[in-house]
Amino acid sequence: MKEPLLYVAIPGLSAYPHLTYLWVTMILLLVSGYLTTRTLQLVPGAGQSLMELVVEGLLGFMERVMGHHARQHLAIIGGLVLLIVTANLLGVIPGLFSPTVNINITAGCAITVFVYYHYRGFRRHGVSYIKQFTGPVWWLAPLMMPIELISHFIRPFTLSLRLFANMRGHEIVLLIITLLVPVIAPLIIVFQGIFVSFIQGFVFMLLSMIYIAGAEEEHH
Amino acid sequence: MRRKLVWCGLAVVVLLLTLSSMALAAEVAKKSDAELRYFGIAAASTAFGLSIAAIGGALSQSRGIRSALEGIARNPGASGTITTAMIIGLALIESLVIYVLVVCLILLIVDPFKIGS
Repeated sequence: MKEPLLYVAIPGLSAYPHLTYLWVTMILLLVSGYLTTRTLQLVPGAGQSLMELVVEGLLGFMERVMGHHARQHLAIIGGLVLLIVTANLLGVIPGLFSPTVNINITAGCAITVFVYYHYRGFRRHGVSYIKQFTGPVWWLAPLMMPIELISHFIRPFTLSLRLFANMRGHEIVLLIITLLVPVIAPLIIVFQGIFVSFIQGFVFMLLSMIYIAGAEEEHH
Repeated sequence: MRRKLVWCGLAVVVLLLTLSSMALAAEVAKKSDAELRYFGIAAASTAFGLSIAAIGGALSQSRGIRSALEGIARNPGASGTITTAMIIGLALIESLVIYVLVVCLILLIVDPFKIGS
């Protein structure tokens, strides 16, 4: 398969376009954040309104799912979600490459969420966080513990695999449709790709919030 | 004049998309008899596996959409919440079908005769 034509290429790293485009995504987000907060006004202008809309929407959704303490997690969850959505949407533009098409990038995001919610669980409950894995009664612990551990360790796996497979499958469908019907059909697939990009970022965010809320909840 | 400009712009966008996706091409290599047999079985299993996964996915998603539509019909004011929950549920069910797709892609793309060499 011939290499696709990419607009942004660092000379030494042409075999790793996902890394290059991850940096492109990060620079995009950082620059837009910096430009927005450079002149903050009480009555916001156009760019600041857009950013406020995004952040307020994220925070409102997080408060509906996680309760009152959602504000602490806004930085990591909001940042991760904005990164994933922007990275997914970069693939829609012909000539740019979407970094989430590579499983290393999505695995990085998923492992971050995994480490974060266990860290939060230990910080909240101390060592008795382990009690969440043992089940309702103490003599069921040898049975419940492996099941709970497996279901917890499968979480970063499925998080990363879901996002990666959706993006990669979409790219392969685009390739095959282009080989078959190159004129109007790829446009339809590209539109569906925009839809899928938002939905998959949204699902990633929702699942991360559910895991964090599950790690921080009180014992029943 | 402005309308003509919009149509010209749309034509340029469609043309660009067509041309840029044509930059990719597939190539075919020579394969031996055992490799052809492996790929024949892999192709058949891919087709059957994905069909069964699509059946399961479509049935499950249709039940979810049916319940969501009934809920919206009963209570049109809650349609925002119901739509959100439905989209989340559909994405989660679809991810199971996509796991099957990943396995089938592995079968088709990873060449076991070339791994050792």
